[in-house]
Amino acid sequence: MAESMAHESARQVRPVSATGRNRRRASQDGKGWIFVGPFLAVFALTFLAPIGYAIYLSLYRNQAFFGGKVFVGIDNYTEALRDPKFWEAFGRVAAFLVVQVPIMLILALLAALAIDSARLHASGFFRIVIFLPYAVPGVVAVLMWGYIYGDNFGLAANLNDLFGTTAIQPLSARWMLPSIANIVTWEFVGYNMLIFYSALRTVPGELYEAAAIDGAGTFRTIRAVKLPALRGAIVIATIFSIIGSFQLFNEPNILRTLAPNVITTYYTPNMYAYNLSFAGQQFNYSATIAIVMGVITAIIAYIVQLRGSRESL
Amino acid sequence: MKVHRPRSPRFRRLVVAGAALTALAVVAACGGGSKTDSSSGSATTGSADAVDAALKAGGEITYWSWTPSAEAQVKAFMAQYPNVKVNYVNAGTGNDHYTKLQNAIKAGSGAPDVAQIEYQALPQFALPGSLADLNQYGFSQYESAYTASTWAAVHAGSGLYGLPQDSGPMALFYNKEVFDKYGIAVPKTWDEYVAAGKKLHAANPKAYITNDSGDAGFTTSMIWQAGGQPFKTDGKNISINLADDGSKKWTGTWNNLVEGGLVSQIPGWTDEWFKALGDGTIATLPTGAWMPGVMESSVKAGAGKWRVAPMPTYDGQPATAENGGSTESVLKQSKNPALAAAFVRWLNHDEGVKPFLASGGFPATTKDLKDPAFVDKASAYFGGQKINQVLTGAADNVVKGWSYLPYELYANSIYGDTVGKAYQSKSDLNAGLKSWQDALVTYGNQQGFQVNG
Repeated sequence: MAESMAHESARQVRPVSATGRNRRRASQDGKGWIFVGPFLAVFALTFLAPIGYAIYLSLYRNQAFFGGKVFVGIDNYTEALRDPKFWEAFGRVAAFLVVQVPIMLILALLAALAIDSARLHASGFFRIVIFLPYAVPGVVAVLMWGYIYGDNFGLAANLNDLFGTTAIQPLSARWMLPSIANIVTWEFVGYNMLIFYSALRTVPGELYEAAAIDGAGTFRTIRAVKLPALRGAIVIATIFSIIGSFQLFNEPNILRTLAPNVITTYYTPNMYAYNLSFAGQQFNYSATIAIVMGVITAIIAYIVQLRGSRESL
Repeated sequence: MKVHRPRSPRFRRLVVAGAALTALAVVAACGGGSKTDSSSGSATTGSADAVDAALKAGGEITYWSWTPSAEAQVKAFMAQYPNVKVNYVNAGTGNDHYTKLQNAIKAGSGAPDVAQIEYQALPQFALPGSLADLNQYGFSQYESAYTASTWAAVHAGSGLYGLPQDSGPMALFYNKEVFDKYGIAVPKTWDEYVAAGKKLHAANPKAYITNDSGDAGFTTSMIWQAGGQPFKTDGKNISINLADDGSKKWTGTWNNLVEGGLVSQIPGWTDEWFKALGDGTIATLPTGAWMPGVMESSVKAGAGKWRVAPMPTYDGQPATAENGGSTESVLKQSKNPALAAAFVRWLNHDEGVKPFLASGGFPATTKDLKDPAFVDKASAYFGGQKINQVLTGAADNVVKGWSYLPYELYANSIYGDTVGKAYQSKSDLNAGLKSWQDALVTYGNQQGFQVNG
């Protein structure tokens, strides 16, 4: 949309005399580069160069002990696509994504609507409190949850004692993923709530007045006014969450000390890439995994964006 | 406090705290400062002199270590040799340290001149040629100063890649209070140990004879004690056999505990673990001789309750293994390897040993292991027991012939992925060891070794 608007304005500018236009453009071109230059330099250095290097790495195979570097073309990629460990990790984060992201976004949406409803007392207080977990550093948060989840001495152990069972085992193989999902939800509900809330604040008051005049109640207003206004924000939040899910690393990596047998070195794709390079010195294969995962994430995020914007039109 | 295998961030904090305390407590040791090493007639006499010459000439070197006494040692060294500047860096504990070291080596610059390296990690750095062979400085003459097992541990192939800093001969640490309460005698054999485990858990379902949620360092040490030699390296050729007699012997015993649910699943070095050691939940620990320092600082609730006994064995004859322990090595990247070697010699052979002992370390030097002041010291934490008598005795009974894999750090990192599954499902450890072996064979072949297994 923004693009088409740019075209429009360009067309409107046309009628200016040809010589004047050219002169201005020439001088603007030079100046433009000066302004964009610093950004481009940093962008190239911190973004393009590492990606380029990762792609370069992924085309080679380096033996840590003997042999040295060999060009292998796309061999690393074919290996990655057939690697059961990679797909196990991918399946895990995909399941995580499908279950956790909707729950988190719906909770965030409800919180945003509640705070925006003007019926809540001390809405500022709730806004801060719900947002607060996001301000806790992820590492600290996971350590904290580790104490709660501990089934020997943690809160889980106390609950088990209280009810005389051993049923609550958040760190067991069966419950680990829901346990991680719980931590992530706790951390990011407030963040997403803020995105939704700020989108709601931009809804012009006239729309609410019009809705009220048309006799719309609270829920009708939500459906007819607020949700359509939120669509863009929901798409953005969904994309952020998809990327976040695929990049899941901190939570499982820290909980690994508490449950080393449940959380494998390839529990998530990012953990797999990390351990390949830093424990196994398989830098080339690690780069391959990272790139494959990056491409998959980009494709899925792009599909979501396409779908999201189509619906909004 | 001497620490070798810790991984948790919690533990690193503890080590740092320990280092700070040590730095406060230790007054810079003053030595005579005269180096009169008779360069005994080895082929590299000239280079041995180079070490003394480098020390005289002075210079600047960098030292990476997480040893609690490192800072005090560096201070004492610089007091003794004012013309040498040692930049001490704590680059993290264990794997964090190795990751940075490995990256610096791969990058070709930025590595320290001297680095702490655990025995189990030494081949991984020595074989690809990242470490300097100290034979060129005539350091082989110091053989008699160290225990046989640590001297073997600083070698890879024929090269000498460091001088031993400390050792961790294993012993059985046990909670006497718990043993007395349930009428359990100190086990002398592993069969008695298993029986004790059954008795204890039957009497108190919350108590376990020990914890083991799968720890590669523990497993390899236990196989070592049982006489196993699963890893053999000869140049590019490696053979891996985690089903040899020693391995089978260990799983034959340990399966009883794992399959029977008789070992606690609390992972080591966690807060839960320290708590469980203090309140009787975990009744024994078969572990390295560096454990007393850790218990004194982190398991305060266990004071007076714990004792030390020799490791249980399979046939009742004394036998044990090393668990943990480190060396200091000179990096190939070093611009002043002779000076770096001089620093290593001072650290682990000369005056540097004193601050190390003062910080509660367990030495590798035979002179200190025989010193009555060390051996006959009564430990208040252990109820007045002269624990070093047991621990130094263990140092003499380490089974010979063990070697680690040239990629032991990687092997340890995937232990949970493979053998961990057996622990999780309380099933046969042999199956877990088999899948560990398969993964190690695949990895080794990918890295350019010829691996049989």
